[in-house]
Amino acid sequence: MHKSIVAIATLTLLAAGCEQGADDEGTKPYASRYAPLSGGTTLLTGATVLTGTGERLENADVLISDGKIQAVGEGLSADGATVVDASGRWVTPGVIDVHSHLGVYASPGTESHFDGNEATAPNTAEVWAEHSVWPHDPGFVTALAGGVTAMQILPGSANLFGGRSVTLKNIPGRNVQEMKFPGAPYGLKMACGENPKRVYGSRGQSPGTRMGNVAGYRTAWIKAAEYKKKMEESAGGQGEAPTRDLQLETLAGVLSGEILIHNHCYRGDEMSVMLDIAKEFGYKITAFHHAVEAYKVADLLAENDTCAAMWADWWGFKMEAYDGIRENAALVELAGACAIIHSDSAVGIQRLNQETAKVMGAAARVGVDIGPETAIQWITSNPAKALGIDADTGTLEAGKMADVVVWSGSPFSVYTRADQVFIDGALAYDRFDESVNPVTDFSLGTAATAGGAQ
Amino acid sequence: MNFSKVLISCAALLLATSAVAQTTAITGATVYTMGPQGTVENATVVIEDGRFVSVEAGGAAPDGAETIDASGKIVTPGLFTPIGSLGLVEVGFSAGPLDALQRGEEFTASFDIADAYNPRSTLIAVSRIEGVTRAIITPSPGYPDESGSYGSVLAGLAAMVNLGGGDDSLEQRAVAMMVSLGQSGSGLAGGSRAGATLALRSALDEASSYGDDPGEREDYKLSLSDLGALQGVLSGDVPLFVSVNRASDISVLIDLVADYGIRAIIVGGSEAWMVADELAAAGIPVVLAPQDILPGNFDRLNARRESAVMLADAGVTIAFADGQSQTHNARNITQSAGNAVAYGLSSDAALRAITLAPAQIFGVADRVGSIEVGKEADAVIWPADPLELTSYPEQVFIKGNAVEMSSRQTLLRDRYLQTDSDKPPAYRK
Repeated sequence: MHKSIVAIATLTLLAAGCEQGADDEGTKPYASRYAPLSGGTTLLTGATVLTGTGERLENADVLISDGKIQAVGEGLSADGATVVDASGRWVTPGVIDVHSHLGVYASPGTESHFDGNEATAPNTAEVWAEHSVWPHDPGFVTALAGGVTAMQILPGSANLFGGRSVTLKNIPGRNVQEMKFPGAPYGLKMACGENPKRVYGSRGQSPGTRMGNVAGYRTAWIKAAEYKKKMEESAGGQGEAPTRDLQLETLAGVLSGEILIHNHCYRGDEMSVMLDIAKEFGYKITAFHHAVEAYKVADLLAENDTCAAMWADWWGFKMEAYDGIRENAALVELAGACAIIHSDSAVGIQRLNQETAKVMGAAARVGVDIGPETAIQWITSNPAKALGIDADTGTLEAGKMADVVVWSGSPFSVYTRADQVFIDGALAYDRFDESVNPVTDFSLGTAATAGGAQ
Repeated sequence: MNFSKVLISCAALLLATSAVAQTTAITGATVYTMGPQGTVENATVVIEDGRFVSVEAGGAAPDGAETIDASGKIVTPGLFTPIGSLGLVEVGFSAGPLDALQRGEEFTASFDIADAYNPRSTLIAVSRIEGVTRAIITPSPGYPDESGSYGSVLAGLAAMVNLGGGDDSLEQRAVAMMVSLGQSGSGLAGGSRAGATLALRSALDEASSYGDDPGEREDYKLSLSDLGALQGVLSGDVPLFVSVNRASDISVLIDLVADYGIRAIIVGGSEAWMVADELAAAGIPVVLAPQDILPGNFDRLNARRESAVMLADAGVTIAFADGQSQTHNARNITQSAGNAVAYGLSSDAALRAITLAPAQIFGVADRVGSIEVGKEADAVIWPADPLELTSYPEQVFIKGNAVEMSSRQTLLRDRYLQTDSDKPPAYRK
């Protein structure tokens, strides 16, 4: 019985995945109006290249034109290309943060900017993070200086269902539409554990316990399944369509595989329960975020093709983070599961490469060798996969968006800086040329414009 | 379940640092002494009875010494974290204990954090195996809560501890007095930062009057114990440790310090670079987090990445904290130091900022902070550059003792690395 449900769900997901690329961006509400900066043909030469596909190439060139990666290899040339001598430097795909609150918890962190948690009910699947994003958050620019070319902005974790996420290109715009990653699927933020039960339990409301959390998820999925069924029936000419409901629309979108689940969940035992809830209702958990105990259930994650998005070393700030270990991501990788280093922080997002390096060093202490060509995937291709944008970005492969970072050295050295960042083939940041770099409205006239926060 | 076995292994872990090695010689390493000897290649460092007794290039290990071959490796002084709640907290949020925070105003200046220190906190081993051998433990500033309890601009007295884990961990009380000015002080003093400054001046005035004639009973606002604690500040023995970021607030502090002839240390200092020369002239050091360059609030509008090198170039003594997690990740001060180097600080100055400089700032450099003959033997053997993110200590010494290089985190790791075990994790030891 259960097996057949899972099989059907999987087929649905696969079908939905195929359709994503065919979506017509223009007909969607709040459609992306992202327009790349203008960029010409650029040839990066002589670099150590981490492709994001698990390969490391020495003395390699990367050819960029029309916003795309054209070729990666030795001895490339192109007429009229701007040649960037990258010898002695490293080139990687743009860094992607699967967990950011830039724009929804913007700097300065005043109460006026607390737009990330609609903590008014345990299920707020109806809210969309993009309707909170402030594009003038100076954190976008500082993240860019750290090589970040795309990111997912999530609602907070006060609720069982926090709302829809949005994936952005890191080119600050006038509004969120000008930053939306074209064609990226939506995510839905769910949260396990301490936060929802504390927020609502303290108000004498459900959930007040972890079992209350689970009852809350299941109740919502039952309603969503019903809504979805009625929608499908009415589309097939049977019965009247139910009144449009934003909350159920998002949940039904998860059940039909169009919306990806990003599940804040620290503890291994809770991840195990969440995976079973997903089986019960026939959806997939794309990634667990803040998966501090992923190392305890890494085999389960591999089995379910669920990514674990982790910090390198945050631990102990709450009970469910008490068992954090530095080698977490390495143990997830070792089990064959999808490991991601995420930030959840306007500070951490500026150096996801450094966070990754800390795990590499810690793993080496116990003989687990994570090479740079593998580690880079934790902040490029693996988050791209979790965001459903891996067909477009996340690796240096011909035909993909030219989201590229030129680093001054190995990205896993503390002394290394992002020298240049390309987004869709255009130079979006250059640490040697302030005239290239963006300054948000907020930062005008501050040290940030004098090279301070750049 | 074999409880006795578990207890024995825990006891072994806890006692590991108490075993006294008589004489230890570390040979062949490149030693960054941070003292007058500078960097010594192929050095032999001899430790006896918990102190350094010699540091010599190519020196012979004394007969009978336990010799550790550190050829090709690097030895530094133990790391010194200048702020945080090590030993005062286990789990930060909703789980306690949280002994760093004293609410209410019954005791303020005299609140002595030393009495809350737990040398066996699980955070201690986590920190020391990554090279942290000393810490300044600090009371947290008060803040308003639902019950309206505000705390005071004066948060109490900081202490210096070693991370050896034994009952002899408390090294020195009253190394500084925590104070909040600027935006963080305004909420504790009626809403305005001017009120925070006034509260501090008023406390110092009262203490001064009390100090002139302790026998004379006046209607003091502060308790007698607080007035007593402030005498150390007025005499210059106890520096104020002031949380402040905005340049204008720092200027106010510089004036206040001059008016009373007292000493101060700044923590935060986002805009300190704008008044770097004045700070240098006033001899006020700054504890900063080099990665904190976003304007978290309007006091930090002009934070910048080059703060560390700008302050150092102006002659200000600097030390580093981890901006995101001063306590649980106090160990990440090496990352702070490395980032400061990436933005222009010299490697030598960066390493000093996490070893000798904090010892100097808190007045304990006569005992620790560098590898110098006569000083307490805190040292770390690194396989490579200590500021690199992939570099972890191979061995840490605290007062001459080689510490057990394990923590609750490494035990968890080792348990779950046994993926081929047919037993549930709880049965894997």
